[in-house]
Amino acid sequence: MAEIPPQAPWIVKVAMAHLLVGAAFLGSLPINSLLSHAGEPSAAQSAIPKQIAAAVPAAASPSAQAAPAPSADLPAAERATAEAAPVAPVSEGPADAQGRVQLPADIAALPVEHAVLVAPPQVPPPITRRHAAHVILQLEVREQVMRMADGVDYTFWTFGGSVPGSFLRVREGDLVEFHLNNHPSSKLPHNIDLHAVNGPGGGAASTFTAPGHSSQFTFQALNPGLYVYHCATAPVPMHIGNGMYGLILVEPKNGLPPVDREYYVMQGDFYTTGPNGEPGLQSFDMAKSIDERPTYVLFNGAVGSLVGDRALTAKVGETVRLFFGVGGPNLTSSFHIIGEIFDRVYPEGALNQPQENVQTTMVPSGGAVMVEFKVNVPGTYVMVDHSLSRAFNKGALGMLKVDGPANRVIYSGKEVDEVYLGSQAPAGSESAKREAELQVKIQREISANPVIAGLTKEAQIERGKQVFMGVCFACHQPDGKGLPGVYPPLAKSDFLMADRDRATRIVLKGLTGPVTVNGKTFNSVMPPQESVLTEQQVADVLTFVVNSWGNSGEAFKVDDVRRVKSTNP
Amino acid sequence: MKRATNTGTRLHRIAVAVLALAFVSFGVAPAGATPPMRLIPAGNYAPLIRSTGDAAAVGVAAFWLQEVPVTNAEFLEFVRANPKWRRSQVSRLFADASYLESWDNDLAPGPRAPLDSPVVHVSWFAARAYARWLGLRLPTTVEWERAASAGYDRPDGRADAAWLRDLYAWLARPTPDVLPSATAARPDFFGVRGLQGYVWEWVDDFNAALLTGESRADSSLERNLFCGAGAVSSSDTSDFAAYMRMALRSSLKGNNTTSSLGFRCAGDAVAGNLAAASRDAAR
Repeated sequence: MAEIPPQAPWIVKVAMAHLLVGAAFLGSLPINSLLSHAGEPSAAQSAIPKQIAAAVPAAASPSAQAAPAPSADLPAAERATAEAAPVAPVSEGPADAQGRVQLPADIAALPVEHAVLVAPPQVPPPITRRHAAHVILQLEVREQVMRMADGVDYTFWTFGGSVPGSFLRVREGDLVEFHLNNHPSSKLPHNIDLHAVNGPGGGAASTFTAPGHSSQFTFQALNPGLYVYHCATAPVPMHIGNGMYGLILVEPKNGLPPVDREYYVMQGDFYTTGPNGEPGLQSFDMAKSIDERPTYVLFNGAVGSLVGDRALTAKVGETVRLFFGVGGPNLTSSFHIIGEIFDRVYPEGALNQPQENVQTTMVPSGGAVMVEFKVNVPGTYVMVDHSLSRAFNKGALGMLKVDGPANRVIYSGKEVDEVYLGSQAPAGSESAKREAELQVKIQREISANPVIAGLTKEAQIERGKQVFMGVCFACHQPDGKGLPGVYPPLAKSDFLMADRDRATRIVLKGLTGPVTVNGKTFNSVMPPQESVLTEQQVADVLTFVVNSWGNSGEAFKVDDVRRVKSTNP
Repeated sequence: MKRATNTGTRLHRIAVAVLALAFVSFGVAPAGATPPMRLIPAGNYAPLIRSTGDAAAVGVAAFWLQEVPVTNAEFLEFVRANPKWRRSQVSRLFADASYLESWDNDLAPGPRAPLDSPVVHVSWFAARAYARWLGLRLPTTVEWERAASAGYDRPDGRADAAWLRDLYAWLARPTPDVLPSATAARPDFFGVRGLQGYVWEWVDDFNAALLTGESRADSSLERNLFCGAGAVSSSDTSDFAAYMRMALRSSLKGNNTTSSLGFRCAGDAVAGNLAAASRDAAR
């Protein structure tokens, strides 16, 4: 029962020290140094100044806006010494909280606005006012499990519940009152470094916030531009690698040129303990992060976050503006939209001097770019990091679907499709035919074995679907129909269904050169998946594709895959 | 390991006797309330952050550490005996508004806080008062880190793949709404359970390691753990888990409580001046 009274003398001493050194050194090292001779040193003393410092704003400024004077320490100390008196829980802010800033009259008179936050890929509407405002921003930090890929979950750490975090939009000259709220369920403290801030740490130290607490700081948006914000709590690569980044746009005083659509996309690299596609809840892999070997490189925090029903949309003739940023923690992006030319690129997020007619723009980790382009013909435009293994194997891929009338003068579509007899026809050699016959025999033997044949095909199909949606859909499309003239269809594909081992071999070893599928010739490259997928995953995904979209076939066995793997075609 | 256990058992009996004497002389808590303790033998601890000129490792004297974190049942006994630490009566100076937030009421932990689960939503002041009530104390940072560096089957966990995997898996998962039993955890090399992978734990000098971090002015960023600055003075930049503990401790104030922060008690391995031993260890 004597746990508090022994501390009371410390409280008094600390308060006295505050009077000596003044409020500028509130709770800082000099106080402890001063006190080190004042009584029995113990590990506890370092914690006491924190407590008192926290209590000072509570006592000195029960109502907001008042700036505490140095003499405000005294009431706090008296209150603390009295101990029994109930203290209003007004402030539980950081120990170095200095109270609200005292603003000059003209700034204090600014109209107050509460910022609207929306989830990516949407952005808040353009700012129409032509005067500065006092903008209040409330951003919540949440640690939550979300989908990273089909069948793959991950504990993301988020600003506002999404990856990337909420898009923040203010105007040059605004006074931004920033509140960082760390949800009570959080395991860790977090903070925010806004690259739009002029000041040490970009607000990091001022927003360092324990779980279940809230911090506030204010800054003036002096420089227009598109800026990254991110958590800067150690270990920083892990906080960013778990999704703690977003963009803040400081609009120029005269606003941005009007466009028809605005979207928000960010790229980030992710490091999971399991290999790409391994199902289940994945953990952050520290070693892979240090080696900069990401398992996933993602647009907006998940494989397929911007495809299918979630694709960005526009209509022919519209001008689209993309706010694109890279959170990192490690990779730089070669941002490119397949089939589009950026009419204007505002490099590095600087909004004054656009470059025109750009194919691919480099966006550094912790950097951003604003691009604008008019969409002229309908179709699907694929956004990629043109370091293409990231797009095709790790997830850095999104889609913009453009509807409207075709314009065959600008883009004709395929005009002619005719036979071209090249020098070789690898699929038709005698040896290949003989081998195919043998393979059919072997397959028959395996199928005849009731134990193997009795394996549940359905389970394989489900697993295979996850593999397909993680690896294959980008080219062959979620509906298995491929892209006409580019990627062959799997749905009702005669080529696929004709030869099971050939199909297996193509998945394992890839395929280069012309093939004829359902009477149409395709000549593109499929990368080998041997090092990406396990033998089981190859069997699963093959079983899935030969039993989907109207196809019907027997299950593939791991033995089949292994046999094909060891056979030299 | 066997030897350590035998020694531990013998010393355990001695310590229980010493502690029992202490209780009698202070008369603050029933001797029967002595929690199971494990001996952490003397050893070294390499601090994550140190200044130029600091030794690479500091010696840590032998000490006793509670086998499991303090449970809701144990903390209930404490608030029964000490009404001023009940949720409705505690001073805001010593525990913030979410103190024992998961309990149904003052004297009923309820379904969100099972009796055998670690108590969380407790402040440093409350944890410290609890330890004193038992005649014990909180471990210092170096003591805690020294104990928590052990793997399941060896004294250095960083070489124990299974232990590392469990640690990072825990760090990657959100705090469950209801915490599991404190006794379910696999014991580590010293026989201590759940130091890593259950809840964060208060240490006595939780803010001493980052004294400048706590009182940081915005102009002294290089001493803080923000961005690249955190890597400058670190001994092992790959020890992410240690960074996370440092960051958490430096974000806290004595009256703070969170949904994943509990504590366990420590005691000196030799009968003697508690404060002196604690000081030596911290030094």
